Amino acid sequence: MTGAIDPSFLSLPYRVLGDAALARAADLGVQHADFRLERIRSQRVLVRDGALQGAAEGDEVGFAVRVVHGGAWGFATGVVLTEEEARRVAETAVSVAEVAASMTTRPVELAPEPVYDDVTWVSSYDVNPFDVPTADKTAVLADWTVRLCRGSAVDHATAHLLAVQENKYYADLAGTRTTQQRVRLQPGFEAMGGTSEVFDSMASIAPPVGRGWEYVTGGWDWDAEIDEVPDLLAEKLKAPSVDAGRYDLVIHPSNLWLTIHESIGHATELDRALGYEANYAGTSFATPDKLGTLEYGTPIMHVTGDRTVEHGLATTGYDDEGVATQQWDIVRGGVLVGYQLDRPMAALMPDLNDGRSNGCAFADSPGHIPIQRMANVSLQPDPDGPSTEELISRVERGIYVVGDKSWSIDMQRFNFQFTGQRFFEIEDGRLTGQLRDVAYQATTTEFWGSLEAVGGPETWVLGGAFNCGKAQPGQVAAVSHGCPTSLFRDVRILNTTEEGGQ
Amino acid sequence: MTTILATAQELVERGLAASSADDCMVIVRESTSANLRWANNTLTTNGVMSDRGVTVVSFVRKAGGTAAGSVTGSATTPDQVGDLVAAADAAARDAEPAEDANELVRDRTSPGWEDPAVPTDVTVYDTVAPALGEAFRRAGAAGRVLYGFVDHEITTTYLGSSTGLRLRHVQPTGHFACTAKNAALTNSAWVGTATRDFTDVDPLAYDDELARRLAWGERRVELPAGRYDTILPPTALADLMVDAYWYAGARDAWEGQSFYSKRPTGTKIGERIAAPGVNLFSDPTHDPLQCSPFLVASASSSELSVFDNGLPLERTDWIRDGELRSLVQTRHTSGMTGEPVTPYIDNVVLEVDGATGPIDDLVAGTERGLLLTCLWYIRMVDPQALLLTGLTRDGVYLVENGEITGAVNNFRWNESPVDLLRRFSHASATVPSFSREWGDDYFSRTATPAIRVPDFNMSSVSQAT
Repeated sequence: MTGAIDPSFLSLPYRVLGDAALARAADLGVQHADFRLERIRSQRVLVRDGALQGAAEGDEVGFAVRVVHGGAWGFATGVVLTEEEARRVAETAVSVAEVAASMTTRPVELAPEPVYDDVTWVSSYDVNPFDVPTADKTAVLADWTVRLCRGSAVDHATAHLLAVQENKYYADLAGTRTTQQRVRLQPGFEAMGGTSEVFDSMASIAPPVGRGWEYVTGGWDWDAEIDEVPDLLAEKLKAPSVDAGRYDLVIHPSNLWLTIHESIGHATELDRALGYEANYAGTSFATPDKLGTLEYGTPIMHVTGDRTVEHGLATTGYDDEGVATQQWDIVRGGVLVGYQLDRPMAALMPDLNDGRSNGCAFADSPGHIPIQRMANVSLQPDPDGPSTEELISRVERGIYVVGDKSWSIDMQRFNFQFTGQRFFEIEDGRLTGQLRDVAYQATTTEFWGSLEAVGGPETWVLGGAFNCGKAQPGQVAAVSHGCPTSLFRDVRILNTTEEGGQ
Repeated sequence: MTTILATAQELVERGLAASSADDCMVIVRESTSANLRWANNTLTTNGVMSDRGVTVVSFVRKAGGTAAGSVTGSATTPDQVGDLVAAADAAARDAEPAEDANELVRDRTSPGWEDPAVPTDVTVYDTVAPALGEAFRRAGAAGRVLYGFVDHEITTTYLGSSTGLRLRHVQPTGHFACTAKNAALTNSAWVGTATRDFTDVDPLAYDDELARRLAWGERRVELPAGRYDTILPPTALADLMVDAYWYAGARDAWEGQSFYSKRPTGTKIGERIAAPGVNLFSDPTHDPLQCSPFLVASASSSELSVFDNGLPLERTDWIRDGELRSLVQTRHTSGMTGEPVTPYIDNVVLEVDGATGPIDDLVAGTERGLLLTCLWYIRMVDPQALLLTGLTRDGVYLVENGEITGAVNNFRWNESPVDLLRRFSHASATVPSFSREWGDDYFSRTATPAIRVPDFNMSSVSQAT
C-alpha cells in the first residue's frame, strides 16, 4: 500500500512561489528556468548497550531557482517562503549566470524532454516511519542491543535507525510540474567484543531500503540475524589470519553491491567520463570512445541502470530536471553499452538513449544544484543460475565473502580494495570456518573478467547505501544495487595485518 | 499569507520563551555561501546559497534522570521556531533519561551577541573570477586542461539557553583547488589551499605551479609496488591527521574498539605512540585556523553531548612529545574514563619540535624516493591498528639526488597515520594545509609539516592517470 503526499507538504506555498520565480526569470529573458522546493524530514536514533545514546530529527525546507542565461548556468537558493523572496532568488540566479557567462566557454544545452503537466508520484511503503513514535523505535533498537549483549563474546552492541521522508516539487518554464514523495529507512546493528589480544566487530548485513517501518517489523529476519551474530563474532575472534595469496571468491550480494557501486556505478557516469568530476570524485577509465567495444567483464555480465525498481533508493518517478525515469543497459554481454545521464550530459552525446536523458539528475537538498547522480545500477542474475551452495561447491580453495565494511577505489576506477564482515574459507566445495584480516584487491576489468558464474534469481538481493558522495559542494545520495551471489576466479587476497606491519 | 521575519536573536528568545520543558537550548545557524566550479577550461556549475537552520534541544527531568530531545529545521519566522520547540519538547518528554545527562553550562555571553550574521556572496570572487577566466584561456592555449572549485561560506552560529548562555561565533570557511591535465589526459597535477576570505588566492600563480608540475610529469617512470622512501606533503599529512583525530574518541577507546584502546582494558593515554618531539593539538585561537571557542552539538553521540553545549574550548594536546595525552571526551565519557574533559575542536595542528624549512629541503636531501602530491579515497581497514587504505593522486614524482626527475604511476597504499609519526625520518616546518580528502566538506582547518618516511607501504600499482 502506498500513501498519498504528506498533507503538511501540500500546504506549503510551492505553486505560487514557483509561478513567481519562473515568471521573474522569464521576464529577465532566460533560455531555461526551473524551480524546486523541497522538504526533507529525517530522523536518527542511536542506541548503545540498551541505552538511548542520541535521537535527532531534522525538517529542512527551502527552494532553488536554476537558470540557463546567456549560455551559462545560474543557481541560487532561499529559505524564506514568500513570493517576494522567490522573485529575488530568481534575480540572483540570473545575476550569477551573468558572472558565470564570462567564464563559460561552451554554452550549456539541455536534452529535450516531454512536458509532464502536474503529475504526482509516491514511493512504495506501508507505514511512514514518521508516524511511529520515537519511543517505539528506541525500544526496538534497545532490545536488539540487549539481546546481542547476551552473547558470551559480545562486550558492547550498538544499533541505529536513519529514516528520511523527501518531498519535492519541481516546475520549469516548459510546463512540467511534478510533486513527489519518497520514504527510506536504514536500520542496523553491530556487536563488538574482544580477548586480551584481539578485538573485532560484526554488523548486520540488512540493506537500507526504500520502505517504511514495516521493514523493521517484518521485512527482514532480524531475529535470526541477532541470534546468529554473537556466535559468528565468537568464531571470528578465534579464526586464523588469512594467508595472503590468490583465491577464488564466492561473493554474497551483501558485499558485492558495494563493489558494483564503486567499479561500475561511478565508472559509467557520463559526467565523470567527460572530466566534470576530475577535481573531486574523479574521472573514469570507461570513456565514451570505448562505448560498444570495452570488454568490462565476461560475457555473462549484464548490468542495468534504473530509477524504477520497487524499493530502490534511487527510485523516483521524475528526476530533478523533470525527466521521467527509465531502465536501460549499461553492460550487456560483458561489453560497455550505456551511461548514466542527466539533461546536459545527454545533450553532449545525443547518440545515446535517442538524445534523451535517462533521468539521473538529483540534488540532495534544496540548497544544492542538481547534477548527474547514480541510478540503481544492478547486476542481473542468470534466470537458470545456481544457488549460493552450488557456487561454493565449484570452488576447491577459496573464500565466501559476506557483508561490506571497508572500501576504496582510485580516481579513474581501476584499482580497488574491499574488506567485509564475514569471510568463510572454502575447501573442496565446503565452508570450513571463518578467516580474519582479509581484503581483496583488484583492477576493475580484471576482476569482472574473472567472473565465472552469477547465481540464480533466488540469490539476488537489492543492497545499497544512504551515503554516496559526489560533487562540489559535496552532495550525498542514496542508491541501491541489486546482484546475485557470484563466483570470481583467482583474485588477490591481502592479509591486512601484514599490510600494516613493517 | 502573512510572514514575520525575525532576527536570529529574536528566534532564540522566542524559542526559549515558548518551551515548556525544564530547560531548553536554541541554536541558530545563519549561513551564506558562493561557489564556482569548472572543468575542461570552462565554468560548469555555480551557486549562491543562503540557509538558516535552527536546532532546539529540550531537557525534561523525570524519574531516573533527565531526557533530551533534539529537532533541527528550517525556520525564518517565530511561528516556525515555535513548531520546532513544540517538537523538541515532545521528543524530550517521550525519551528515556539520557545516559550523558549533566548540569547545563550557565551564564556566558559572547561579546557581539547582539550583532547580525555576517554574509558572503559572489562578490567575494571579484578578483578571483576574472583571473580564473584568464587562467582558462592561458591554459587552453598552452594545451593544459583545468578542473576546479572555489567555495566560500560564512556561518554565524547563535547558541542561547534557558540557563543564561548567549554565545555567538562567526566562521568563515573557504578553499581553492585546481586539477590540471595535459591535453592527452595522461598527466595530472593538483594544487589546493584553504582560505578565510580569498584575498590570499591568486589563480594565475596556481596555474603557473600546475604548469611546473605537469612539466615534471613529461618524463614517465613506471615503478612496481613496494616500500619507498616517500615525502608526504602537508596536504597528505592533513588527510592522515584528520583521520587520526576523528578516530580518537574516548568512549570507543575505553570500550576496546580502537587503536587508542589498551588491551585488555583502558586507553593508551600516557603511552608513547609517536616519535619524541611529535605534537598534535587543537586550539580554537590558532591563527589562521580560528574556530568556535565553545562547544555546539545538535545531538549526542559517542563523541558529543548536547548537555555540553556552550562548554568553553581551549588548546588541547592530543599527542605531546610523542605521548598520547588526551582523547576526544564529553563530560559523560570523562566520567567513564577518569580523564579530563577534552571535547572535540574544529581544527588540528601537527608540529614536530625543531623541524624547520620548507618541503623543498626534504626533496633536496633525498637520494632516491617519491614526492607525493596528495592522497585520495582514504578508508579505515582495521580500527585496532588504525590501518588506513587509500591512493596517491594527481602526481607522484621521482626524486633522484635531490632533484625531481620525472613522474611515477599512482599507487594504492596501506598505512597507519600514527605509525608514520613513529617511523618518519625528516620533517619540515608546519604550515597551514588543506586536506584534499576531507577539506571540502568536513574539515578544512589544518596545519601540518611535510614528512619523509623511509618505508612507506605502496601495496599495489594504480593505473589511474
